[in-house]
Amino acid sequence: MADDTACCATPAPQADQERRQGSCCGAKAAPPADYPYGPAAYVTGTVETPAGAVPRVSRDIARGDRVGAWRVRWGLGRDDYRVKPGLYALGTPDATAPVLVTANYKLTFDQVRSSLDDLDAWLLVVDTRGINVWCAAGKGTFCADEIARVVLATRLAEIVDHRRLVLPQLSAPGVAAHRAKEACGFRAIFGPVRAADLPAFLAADLRADPRMRAVTFATRQRAVLTPVELAVAWDRRMLLAYAGVLAAAAIGRDGVSLSRAARHGAPVVGAAWLALLAGGVVTPLALPWLPGRAFSLKGAVVGGVAAAGATAAFRRRLSPAAGLALLAGIPAVSSYAAMNFTGSSPITSPSGVELEMRRALPFQVAAAAVAIAAWLASRMGR
Amino acid sequence: MPTLRYLDQAVTLRLDVERCTGCGLCVAVCPRAVFGIAGGRAFLADRGACIECGACALNCVPGAIGVEPGVGCAQAIIRGWLTGSEPGCGCGGSN
Repeated sequence: MADDTACCATPAPQADQERRQGSCCGAKAAPPADYPYGPAAYVTGTVETPAGAVPRVSRDIARGDRVGAWRVRWGLGRDDYRVKPGLYALGTPDATAPVLVTANYKLTFDQVRSSLDDLDAWLLVVDTRGINVWCAAGKGTFCADEIARVVLATRLAEIVDHRRLVLPQLSAPGVAAHRAKEACGFRAIFGPVRAADLPAFLAADLRADPRMRAVTFATRQRAVLTPVELAVAWDRRMLLAYAGVLAAAAIGRDGVSLSRAARHGAPVVGAAWLALLAGGVVTPLALPWLPGRAFSLKGAVVGGVAAAGATAAFRRRLSPAAGLALLAGIPAVSSYAAMNFTGSSPITSPSGVELEMRRALPFQVAAAAVAIAAWLASRMGR
Repeated sequence: MPTLRYLDQAVTLRLDVERCTGCGLCVAVCPRAVFGIAGGRAFLADRGACIECGACALNCVPGAIGVEPGVGCAQAIIRGWLTGSEPGCGCGGSN
């Protein structure tokens, strides 16, 4: 769950207003979205309970789970990766077993069911529309009313004899614990940030130490998020931009030429990829060691180094104008790409990101304009 | 590894110690160790680390904590500027 904080794909309103008023899903508490849940290979059988049969899930991450996770990370085809909301049994839980609440994003669910050693537990999966815990809490879909809805729908009170739910700590921006108690009679207790700490948390009588409470953003966590940043390279809008660049490069005094498109357009696409690599992969990986606090500044530094390297490597074949285009354009795009990584980071505040954007966007736009003008100028003489 | 810190000049977090009952839920929900408890009241141990997720304010029953909650995400903020609405994180959702 902690390493799945990547956000920002398609527009959606935030339920801020409702959140401030103490209710959560509020006006947008639509019935759970109709979704064609496919076969679930992780379900290995059923457990009989006073409230009927509950599916039992495997603790193992199978090859299919890994392939699916890889596809999601690289943005290939599947934006939706959902688990059917409801109650699941892990191991052989009885009436005293803990109830662990989680989101119905499959990567999150996989993390939880594979992180609990040999613990017997009930997993209560709420409908977050396939979104991870943190982002769903921020949107208000992971909220007290939704938890209560699933608790009541699964008749959990007939299955366990205690009245405690263990919530992922990162659901707290969306879940008012006192409201969950009012709505379903179960006490909501915030567990650790990471599923891997659940066994220790449960063994410690539902107490988390400060280490379990803190989000981390270690190199490995940043690394798994970089493919999403790189996936911009085959985004539909980028493909259109490539086509535009190649078309512009093809045009000359003597009409349109394919070889000219390749000669003058392909280097632009290559420079764009270099900039995306600098801002979307190298900057996130090197984040703590780069100067400044603003992601845009860190990205501009890495982009500057990449641009200097590229200009030096191709100096014999670059006109002065083309060199200027590289030196202005790569840092601009790299800086912008790095700034977008704020959406994947658990350390950035909205007030800080807005401040950073007000400072950085004018520079990014100006540098991009210089780059475009210089590239067009480099094309004039030929 | 150096500790990652982010821009903290604009943080909107406020704590009204007078209203605080010392329940400690803010300490439990904060993923950035912003709060501490001393003498039966909360205090701001590291205000600059706040990411304005809003967890503390939502779970503060006496209403001692105020913050402008939101998502620290550049794309969401741009979308908010362009559409004139609250910055909303897309997160691939359809709702």
